[in-house]
Amino acid sequence: MIYREAGQFKTRYAADQQIFPIRQDRISILILLAMVFLVIPAMASDYWFSAILIPFLIFSLAALGLNILTGYAGQLSLGSAAFMAVGAYAAYNFQLRIEEIPILLSFVLGGLTAAGVGILFGLPSLWIKGFYLAVATLAAQFFIVWCLTKFPWLSNYSSSGVISTQKLILFGHEFTSPQEKYLLVLTIVTVMALAAKNLVRSSTGRAWMAVRDMDVAAAVIGIRLMPTKLLAFAVSSFYCGVAGALYAFCYLGSVEPDGFSLDMSFRILFMIIIGGVGSILGSFLGAAFILLLPIFLDITLPQIAGLLGLPFSNATVSHIQILLFGTLIMFFLIVEPHGLARLWQIGKEKLRLWPFPH
Amino acid sequence: MIKVRKSVLMTAVSITLFSQAALTAEEQFFPVLSYRVGPYGANGQAFFGGFIDYLNYVNLKNNGINGVKLVWEECETEYNNAKGIECYERLKDKAKVSTGPIHTMSTGVAYALIDKSVEDHIPLAMVGYGRTDAVDGSVFPYAFPLVSTYQMQASAILKFIKEKEKGSLEGKKIVYLYHDSAYGKEPIVALQEEAKLNKFDLTLIPVAHPGNEQGAQWLQIRREQPDYVIFWGWGVMNQTAIKAAQKVGFPRDRIIGSWWAGSEEDTIPAGDAATGYMSATWNVSGKDVPLIADIEKVVYGAGKGNLQDPSRIGTILYNRGVSAAVLSIEAMLKAQEKYGKEKPVTGEQVRWGMENLDITDARLKEIGATDLLPEIKTSCMDHEGSGKIKIQQWDGAQWVPVSGWIEGNKELIHPLFKASAEQYAKEKGITPRDCSKES
Repeated sequence: MIYREAGQFKTRYAADQQIFPIRQDRISILILLAMVFLVIPAMASDYWFSAILIPFLIFSLAALGLNILTGYAGQLSLGSAAFMAVGAYAAYNFQLRIEEIPILLSFVLGGLTAAGVGILFGLPSLWIKGFYLAVATLAAQFFIVWCLTKFPWLSNYSSSGVISTQKLILFGHEFTSPQEKYLLVLTIVTVMALAAKNLVRSSTGRAWMAVRDMDVAAAVIGIRLMPTKLLAFAVSSFYCGVAGALYAFCYLGSVEPDGFSLDMSFRILFMIIIGGVGSILGSFLGAAFILLLPIFLDITLPQIAGLLGLPFSNATVSHIQILLFGTLIMFFLIVEPHGLARLWQIGKEKLRLWPFPH
Repeated sequence: MIKVRKSVLMTAVSITLFSQAALTAEEQFFPVLSYRVGPYGANGQAFFGGFIDYLNYVNLKNNGINGVKLVWEECETEYNNAKGIECYERLKDKAKVSTGPIHTMSTGVAYALIDKSVEDHIPLAMVGYGRTDAVDGSVFPYAFPLVSTYQMQASAILKFIKEKEKGSLEGKKIVYLYHDSAYGKEPIVALQEEAKLNKFDLTLIPVAHPGNEQGAQWLQIRREQPDYVIFWGWGVMNQTAIKAAQKVGFPRDRIIGSWWAGSEEDTIPAGDAATGYMSATWNVSGKDVPLIADIEKVVYGAGKGNLQDPSRIGTILYNRGVSAAVLSIEAMLKAQEKYGKEKPVTGEQVRWGMENLDITDARLKEIGATDLLPEIKTSCMDHEGSGKIKIQQWDGAQWVPVSGWIEGNKELIHPLFKASAEQYAKEKGITPRDCSKES
């Protein structure tokens, strides 16, 4: 009833090709942006900014990066955390070694360094596919972490290998409060998500999807495989690299190579599987599910146990939380193997017919 | 009408505010970032079990600190940095009213909290882990690597070996076998300085995480034929090393582990192979310490014990948790002395207390913790306060101390901290405090 496109006529190609062709979508996305940029910063507490919103946005960005590679270009990768590490360490080193370099430029350079490394580790994709490629990218995961531990120059000879990031100064203003950091991260993520959305709708994106669906066929219709695949690796690693830089500078403040473990790569992979492979929205939904659900369970379970008077110790609650989390992952995968983004899409389609489904 | 409503509202607000103040005035909050599940859950259970048992003990025995009851809230970090930060942020608001020092028992989480703790004025205790150059309190006002640090520990182990070798290490061959991470790498600088000073031959052999395969490393050790192996392991790596040493026939009583490689969790799974193995420790094990026996009687007698398996009372890690809690409570008592007894203390006040700790043997005897941990005296320039360890040996059934308190070479090691802290201050744009003006 409310979600109906009747009466919305398109008279230009531009109107037909815009990201949100339905007016209601455009309005709701504007409301959403107003919420996250204006209302949330005014309402949320430090806890929400530093523990929930900032990591959520950063991991969404990393998942987005992986989604470009895996979801759109069809190249399975297990090295996302390593590319994040490259971004984080590169941004730190640019900031450290070049006097007066703007922090945003460091982030971009960090992303570009990650892109370069991504291309290098993307080379095997020209010969191998699927699970075999995943194992090849595993090499990136181990090699990069080893490299960051092995060469002390990269961590500025810190005796422990841990780097502590510099101050966040932008246009002469130092970003210290969680609220300011949130706005900075949010702006970067919004711009990059928009760029990604447009990228996957462009000819590049279509070439990626053609390669994903069948690379021989794509080659036959004139798509050059090497540049297409390597571009996907570069763009994906750039996104992961920027996410890594944000992870170090805006979230943790100090990082060590071991923090960017295989475990983290898997988490990012799970985010896109749960959220939806080949969907920009899915990256955000997946990150929310994987990051926020455990926190939610962690806070509510002891309260529920308290209400019911169950004699649970902290350890038991933690175990139950892990069990429940695993069960929910299985539940969602059984209900909708294409991820939460697909559920959202189905919901929207149903809503268009509501309240008179035929 | 509006005026009336406003005043009613004001009264209501002030009543709630005051009643809340009245409630919290009697209680001292304590945020506990513990872990009981995850890969190191077993270690966390013992450590935080001891920690909370001591808090309970203080409540039951002394009715809190000078009459102020301790209350605490636990949050599970799973030894995971992101979760640790989430927990910290969750408990932060409560901790702003009154707080004890935060113990994370995780180097990663501690590192991530160093900047935040300064901003929020919540002291961060890193007892035997964490950022070691925080010994320099002029750069790190809120971080306290209490008792001893990895570098001082390595130096003290060498001192122990030196005594065993009749006063000289010249020409000796020592292998440093370490977990290839921040934890294992920190003592390298100290060992290299010591090698220069004492003219021994140092070989560094890293083991990749998690260290459950060390065949190649121990073959190399057999080839090198070192006089001693100094061993910086953690978790499953410890028992693997002990078993591997037995396999290549390296005598276990020539291996000296760090304090994270010297608990019952490391030696019991290694079985017979562990007999004779030595390690450093900054707290002793066993129930012979009067305090530990008393905790068992008072806390477990009242049915308030935190451990699900009470047989772990008196293990190294349990006693370490108790020791960490003792240090915290002493700092809070010190703060109360200055800022007013019978009142809860804030983060700033506890910070002052931690910086002015003076736990003498007499005081340790008073609380029944004689020889549980060394004497500690901190200052603005020395957030470590002791730098002493004991060497203990596994006799097949329990850990037995085989030395007195040994202090590392302060003159050699502390300048290293200072240099590292200065570099940190420069990178971060921190202006160090002037310690001569602190009181």
